[in-house]
Amino acid sequence: MSGNGKAPMVSVEGVRKVYHRDAEEVKVLDGVTLEVPEGDFVALMGPSGSGKTTLLNLIAGIDRPTSGKLFVAGTDVAQLGESDLARWRSRNVGFIFQFYNLIPVLTAVENVELPLLLTNLSKKERRERALTALKVVGLAERSQHYPRQLSGGQEQRVAIARAIVADPKVLVADEPTGDLDSKSAEEILALMDTLNTEFGKTIVMVTHDPRAAQRAHTQWHLEKGVLSR
Amino acid sequence: MALPITYNVRNVRVRWQLTLLAIVGIALVVTTVVFLTAMASGFRLALRATGRTDNVMIVQKGANAELTSGIGRNAAALLLVDSRIARDEAERPLSSPEILVVATYPRKADGAEVNVSVRGVTPRAFDVRGGIRLVAGRQVQPGLPEVMVGERVRDRYGFEVGSKVSIQNKPWEVVGVFASDGSGFESEIWGDLETMAEPLRRTGGYQAVVVRLADPSTFEAFKTAWEGDPQVQVSVFREREFYEAQAGPIAGALLGLAGFVGIVMGVGAVFGAMNTMYGIVASRTREIGTLRALGFSRRSILLSFLTEAVILAAAGGVLGCLLALPANGVTAATNSANFSELAFAFRITAPALFAGMTFAILMGIVGGLLPALRAARLPITTALREV
Repeated sequence: MSGNGKAPMVSVEGVRKVYHRDAEEVKVLDGVTLEVPEGDFVALMGPSGSGKTTLLNLIAGIDRPTSGKLFVAGTDVAQLGESDLARWRSRNVGFIFQFYNLIPVLTAVENVELPLLLTNLSKKERRERALTALKVVGLAERSQHYPRQLSGGQEQRVAIARAIVADPKVLVADEPTGDLDSKSAEEILALMDTLNTEFGKTIVMVTHDPRAAQRAHTQWHLEKGVLSR
Repeated sequence: MALPITYNVRNVRVRWQLTLLAIVGIALVVTTVVFLTAMASGFRLALRATGRTDNVMIVQKGANAELTSGIGRNAAALLLVDSRIARDEAERPLSSPEILVVATYPRKADGAEVNVSVRGVTPRAFDVRGGIRLVAGRQVQPGLPEVMVGERVRDRYGFEVGSKVSIQNKPWEVVGVFASDGSGFESEIWGDLETMAEPLRRTGGYQAVVVRLADPSTFEAFKTAWEGDPQVQVSVFREREFYEAQAGPIAGALLGLAGFVGIVMGVGAVFGAMNTMYGIVASRTREIGTLRALGFSRRSILLSFLTEAVILAAAGGVLGCLLALPANGVTAATNSANFSELAFAFRITAPALFAGMTFAILMGIVGGLLPALRAARLPITTALREV
């Protein structure tokens, strides 16, 4: 339980993640325990190979722990089956990637609309909500552009619109500024700040960038699979 | 909910260079299949149209082609008194005794000497044999050295109205051209029976006698009666079945060939399509990881890539059908059971095109299945690491 008495948004308890490479056992995470209260903005830092992306993937529900407990948005995600987990992700997690991962053949608004295809919304409602999300990230006038017609910063903003369009509780970001120049990076960080403070999104971000980490309220360091503040 | 089809359509369009080879591969298979099917149906049509269902073909016992048959004039006279044969107002039997020989002429296209059937008929042949109509000139006059030619003979040998055709070293004038709904008669030269019998040395009898039955249901009785009569020594067939039986082995072989070539080429095209689809999956690995992270299920990824394979294959199918279309109506020729050239037109029918499209889509599904399964089974975290 966190200080304010509410259940934490993310609760990681004694999580281990072990990969097998041939006969060798590789411990990526070795008993990680972490709590992220609702509305927090957390930065996970550490050298490459420290397991920070693995931890982020576990929280996002696209990977499974070898052992340990993992509760996100009130759900024991380690217990969900493949298709339940996919449905859970679509409702609870928004993804922001280092290389934006937009679908090149879809326009900005179509990319933003993608997560809504998994809801029961009508076509019209989907389009309206996608346009609203684009407005939030300041790209309403670029809705009909294809990703290749946008700058890196703009692409990342479209990706952020896609991450928030289904109104998830948690945003996970893996090096969101890693591929951007400093000015665009600053804009993206400001946008994430807004999402955190004004829209109350809980954000877990993996980053190398000290300036990005500064934006977070809490910073955690991972070193050889062990977490410290 | 599944991924929208526009996603696949745009992917095929945007990456058309990548998919072109697979599309062309499928197209060529479809062209070949449609082409061979069209050939088989054209050939079958040429012979089927040659016969009517209420006509009876009488040939020498044991003969299954007219050229190898002979019926004496006396035997023919005996046959014609049968009361089951239809008669006109003057009580004359609707019958067409015919003689048939083979002559050789140089083909217009390449000058090759080719066998052509020459048929001697009475004026009644036009009433008894089905579907024959003059398209130019007039009918022959008995007693004069005149002939009519089928449309395909005119086209392939250049025998226009007014030209001379040599039969037994004597010139016969072409006075008319006839058509017969694409049937085998269009590959023949017709003259007057009695005028031709002498020079063709067929005065002793006929090759075949065709009669119309007043009631087609009496055929079996008619057949049993005459085939059992030792005086006439004949075999009796329904006219259509007689000619269809001649088409049987060749049309059947063509259809078999279409199937065989289609399957062999199809297997090749399936591997081509599979290779292309694997390439597409590999080039979109990160995209697949992203879609799965966003919450799309394995099943929707599988369906989406299968859909894309089918779109690709359907494009190949349409292209293949378009490539085959110009062959529609093109004339080809083969040897008939009378050792003569039988010309027929390629018939690209709706069922042939439908079969081609079905085959294309089948190739798409078979070729797309394994790559689509691979796409659906990619672990999300590994897929997202792909650059």
